[in-house]
Amino acid sequence: MTHPDFPRDALILGGNRIPFARSGGPYTGISNQDMLTATLEGLVARFGLQGEKLGEVAGGAVLKLAGDLNLTRESALGTPLDPRTPTIDMSKACATSLETLIHVSNRIQLGQIDSGIACGVDSASDSPIEVTPRLRRILHRAFAAKTARQRITAFSTLRPADLAPVPPRNGEPRTGLSMGEHQAQTTAQWGITREAQDELALASHQKLAAAYDAGFFDDLVTGYRGLARDQNLRPDSTLEKLGSLRPVFGTRSPQVAEPTMTAGNSTPLSDGASSVLLGSADWAAEKGLTPLARVVDARSAAVDFVHGEEGLLMAPAYAVPELLDANDLALQDLDFYELHEAFASTVLATLKAWESEEFCRERLGRGGALGSIDRSKLNVAGSSLAAGHPFAATGGRLVATLAKLLHERAKETGIVQRGLLSVCAAAGQGTVVLLESVTD
Amino acid sequence: MTDAYTRFIRSAPGGALAKQLGLPRPSRLLRRPDRPEPVLGPVVVLGDSAGADRIAHLLLEEGADVRRRFEELRRVGSVIVVLDEISAPAEIGPIMLPLAGAMRSLAPGARVVTISRPAGDQNPARAAARGGVEGFLRSLAHEMRGGATANGVLVQDGVALDAPAVIGALRFFLSARSAFVTGQLLTVSGEAGSATENRSLPLAGRTALVTGAARGIGAAIARTLAADGAQLVVLDVSGAGTELSRLANELRAVPIQLDVTATGAGERLVSFLRDRDLTLDVVVLNAGITRDKLLANMTPDRWDPVLAVNLTSQITLTEALIEAGDVLGEQPRVVSLASTSGIAGNRGQTNYATSKAGVIALVGALAARLEALDGTANAVAPGFIETEMTARMPALTREVARRLNSLQQGGLPVDVAEAIAFLCSAEAGGIRGETLRVCGQNMVGK
Repeated sequence: MTHPDFPRDALILGGNRIPFARSGGPYTGISNQDMLTATLEGLVARFGLQGEKLGEVAGGAVLKLAGDLNLTRESALGTPLDPRTPTIDMSKACATSLETLIHVSNRIQLGQIDSGIACGVDSASDSPIEVTPRLRRILHRAFAAKTARQRITAFSTLRPADLAPVPPRNGEPRTGLSMGEHQAQTTAQWGITREAQDELALASHQKLAAAYDAGFFDDLVTGYRGLARDQNLRPDSTLEKLGSLRPVFGTRSPQVAEPTMTAGNSTPLSDGASSVLLGSADWAAEKGLTPLARVVDARSAAVDFVHGEEGLLMAPAYAVPELLDANDLALQDLDFYELHEAFASTVLATLKAWESEEFCRERLGRGGALGSIDRSKLNVAGSSLAAGHPFAATGGRLVATLAKLLHERAKETGIVQRGLLSVCAAAGQGTVVLLESVTD
Repeated sequence: MTDAYTRFIRSAPGGALAKQLGLPRPSRLLRRPDRPEPVLGPVVVLGDSAGADRIAHLLLEEGADVRRRFEELRRVGSVIVVLDEISAPAEIGPIMLPLAGAMRSLAPGARVVTISRPAGDQNPARAAARGGVEGFLRSLAHEMRGGATANGVLVQDGVALDAPAVIGALRFFLSARSAFVTGQLLTVSGEAGSATENRSLPLAGRTALVTGAARGIGAAIARTLAADGAQLVVLDVSGAGTELSRLANELRAVPIQLDVTATGAGERLVSFLRDRDLTLDVVVLNAGITRDKLLANMTPDRWDPVLAVNLTSQITLTEALIEAGDVLGEQPRVVSLASTSGIAGNRGQTNYATSKAGVIALVGALAARLEALDGTANAVAPGFIETEMTARMPALTREVARRLNSLQQGGLPVDVAEAIAFLCSAEAGGIRGETLRVCGQNMVGK
């Protein structure tokens, strides 16, 4: 039996993140828990949530230490939130905090909770380092040993090579290729030029810098460890400077005749955390908070990159049409597009796929192309290329930015605004979300 | 937060050594938690004017142990010397001199407060007598021992001695809140202001903005105003965002990240306040920076930011708040942070001293501007205060700077905050355009 009052709107009330830093930069030695706690503390301060018992805090990290089993719970406990606020840890590579957003908004829509926080954190500077499988087995055998003799026997099998630590694998387990190498193949396949990538990267820096200068991030970002803006941001970058960089991806793939992906048009490993506050309309009114946008719908998709059927980061190209169809929208009906810039060419290849009759007919099974978008509506406040990309923190950054953009524009124009969010993720996955402005 | 030297001097061997060598022996200053009572008794009110009687009665009504002479007192907590009606230098002696015999009976942390009129008078004998009180007071403050202080209230002609600001200033100087204020004369120029209703929460129901609130003196100001009952809006640059959030969480305050020197900072602040439905009753302009260098090495990148943050931002913010018309409450109080460097100057601080001297002049002009709103503007000029900023000074310079005042020690951020809280109170309405030093009577400047 369906409850008459549900589903109801899940509203985005605001967000908070810390500036993103380059890995090995100012947040070196800072744990995921520290960063997530600081981010949540800033959110609590911004929205006066001291002592508040929320419905749920959903968070996660991609590069997660084994000891961080209850990372979100431990972080929330470090804030002035009521310690009786439940939490959950989730993980879906780069889409982690879009998934936490969907999780929290679903629960609000169903009336299971009235308020919640979706968040994510990642530190490429403090990533887990494991021991070799052989050493792990030897150690387990030694710990289980009942006599000294058994313990000595266990250790006697130890070889020097076993002691080398195993850093996190930089590549897809099923192909052995790094994400950049995978994308380089997609880039070549779609014929994305070096110039187009550099232009997109430059625009990302310029738009992010302009948004900072205009004070757009004053109520979205809380300074941390002396950093007030994203460290990767280069407002004075130029096409000449970007053009002078040498390619770093595609250099090892025979399929790529002319590598075009550089450190300038690819997003570097980053450290950071983000959070988004959600609530029902009643809860927001009770707290005196202004809703910015509502979560309309979401989809996820996956592609078969293992057998080379599709590019690793192309899943959003499939998920977005499904989301639009479900909501009776054409690609051009949207007022803002936030497409995560893992690489400049990821965004460009996705746009090109939607413009392609062939792709849309054969891969998406549609009558024709989705068509092109008005590029002036794309990533208008800058995106990952300039801000950086701490995997699980990126979704939260996008959501808070888009919700504020939608609300501001709706207030100016008096017209309801719609925005699309899309994030590609490792292992050929992608998650996309549709938001709509709310004004009072 | 006592410095190493002071800790040593307060130990038995340290004390003996200091006595032998004639080294400074700073006393422990009693602050609010150490001495919660509003007046340290018994209190002796000297002077025979009607104003003296009125003040004695007021204190009696509040339950203080009030006397009119020192006879039979072995220990004296506070002395109030009322000189409002003196008309010739010869009249000072008979009122003041009884204090001479009582100096050795003053309790640790005792208070002496003079109440007199400013010298600006056409009558030469009267002007001279009034002017003389200043010299007396400043010298007496140098002679006080055991953490005791001496301060004066100058009451403009035509203002009654029981005007709210006179009583307010008297209460401030008598209390432990003025622990690091000594040798100072504060002028009351009007009868505006009103008695504080809730003495334990004097700022209840008021909303206060503190700029530069994330750390140091700014955080102490925010904490003190919050403890006095105010709702806080704490502002700082986004680089200090995490510290600001933590303070906001601690005080349940509203945080706002804003660079006060950014284009349109005033308008951004106004629209933020409107969005949140906030009206400010109190504005504390504390944000400040130093970029010390001798003038010979001064460059625009050291000069400009200091002037921009410490002075120009205060002009643009107050301008925007006044112009907006709907974000300031009734009887607003503006308090700005000056510095003793702005009064006496300081080697290597031409930029800083320029900005702080500018602040002292600014509050005069602002006070005139705010008069139409029944508001006030004043400044507080800290001397050597123990903060992260002074902790970075070279050790020897710091040690000398600490001892160069009548109390022979650095003040604490809370001392500055207490003076600001007083100037923000409803009582202080008759104090306009003044600069109150919180410096332990630093030897430099006036």
